[in-house]
Amino acid sequence: MSVTLGKPARIRPRLPSSVGLDRLLLLLAVLLVWQALTWLAGPEVITSPVATVRKLASIMTASDFAGHAYETGRAFAAALIISLLGGLAAGLILGSRRLAGEVAEPLLVAFYSIPKVTLYPVILLLFGLGVSAKIAFGAIHGIIPVALFAMNAVRNIRSVHVRAARAMRLTPLQIATYVLVPAALPEIIAGFRIGFALTLLGTLIGEMFASQRGIGYMLVQAMETNDIGTIMALALLLGTIATAVSWALLRLDRSLNEQH
Amino acid sequence: MSRAGFIRLLVVAAAIFALEVACRAGVIDAITIIPPSAMAAGAWNLLVSGRYTQDILLTLGSVGLAVVLAIVGGFGLGYVLFRLPRLRRALDPLLASYYAVPTFVFYPLFIVLFGLNRLPLVAIGFVFAVIAMAINTLTGFERVPPVLRRTAKALRLSEPATLVGITMPACAPYLLTGAKLVIAYSFIGVIAGEFVLSGAGVGHQIAFAYNNFDNPNMYGLMLLLIGFVSALNMVLFAWERRFYRRRGLT
Repeated sequence: MSVTLGKPARIRPRLPSSVGLDRLLLLLAVLLVWQALTWLAGPEVITSPVATVRKLASIMTASDFAGHAYETGRAFAAALIISLLGGLAAGLILGSRRLAGEVAEPLLVAFYSIPKVTLYPVILLLFGLGVSAKIAFGAIHGIIPVALFAMNAVRNIRSVHVRAARAMRLTPLQIATYVLVPAALPEIIAGFRIGFALTLLGTLIGEMFASQRGIGYMLVQAMETNDIGTIMALALLLGTIATAVSWALLRLDRSLNEQH
Repeated sequence: MSRAGFIRLLVVAAAIFALEVACRAGVIDAITIIPPSAMAAGAWNLLVSGRYTQDILLTLGSVGLAVVLAIVGGFGLGYVLFRLPRLRRALDPLLASYYAVPTFVFYPLFIVLFGLNRLPLVAIGFVFAVIAMAINTLTGFERVPPVLRRTAKALRLSEPATLVGITMPACAPYLLTGAKLVIAYSFIGVIAGEFVLSGAGVGHQIAFAYNNFDNPNMYGLMLLLIGFVSALNMVLFAWERRFYRRRGLT
């Protein structure tokens, strides 16, 4: 799959016990470099780690934060559901129909790699200002990688499985739920991981342009007023959430691979 | 042309024709989407008039610089991570979630660091693209067959000679994949940066035309940009597939 999406290669399934210590050391090194940069460039250019965490705490306890977070969460959840289910369905269909897959793949790859920010005026004109534009923006970012991963996974399923399912006269829906999805699960999870990250990115970009509420709106406001402290605090928050989810899916992906 | 290629062409042509008919018949009003023929005319006019030549060259220059920096930097980073497996293991979750953080929120920070010119945009394109190159370099290095490494040892090649003579040719398809992603990501980074906070460039002109309800120029610029990036990607994609197939990788 790295052919089209450049997925990181899997490392050996069993990690040595020192990896936890290494991560801790790395975290310390990152904090040190960050602090050093603050000293070099000055606190008005890069806020220090301590100040950033403090700023984040004050943002999160402010009375309007819950509303912004809810707005982003709602749009993101809807976009994620569309990306994952839509992408999975498209991938399963395109993967099991050879010709349709061959027709669609270059189109999907082309759409995956165009700068989709360019399309934001079209999305706004089609969906208007508001939550539906944000959802659409998130979904167009996330749905393609999910579909591409699922399609390639289904193509690589051993044909004897599909033939056996046909011999048992399963309906297409039964084939999808009992044969295709279980057989392709590790790759599907890998696609979900990329889909999750890109849907979050798309939803936030949508909010930056087309919203009066949400984390993306807070970000764009901070950018316009050059409020570096808020930018760094929000980037820290988003980065932490994205890393945590990605790490959990990576663990799931790896444990599934061990079973397969 | 293959059968799939022929059908693909038909599908795309039918979609464009349907959009043209829907726009001309008034199903979609002209404030939302203009007919494809009008988009093409807009693109042609703005190319001929030369009104946007400066912006197009600025954007291409910034993207080009970001691409070169990201390929060189990403290759170096990938190599360092390959040589230091402990660092690589520790970094793994960060690499995997790198693209979830919208990098261009750091644009104001880059402006303070580099000044109000094109460098912050180049920096955004670079930061956005460099990790894709590093990940693909790493993947390529890890998939070099052990027999080639043993051959290099048996021939007593020095480390640089191994790198240039054996490792890089052996992982060339992965490096090409990385370069392809770098080009796509640099475009995304630079254009997004121009959209958000910039006074020049294709991204800025699209946003400017949008704010002025100037649909012929907006769709014309979009068509040019997306057409250019897609064509570039198609060429690289086809080249990449041939490359992988020749190496027996799929």
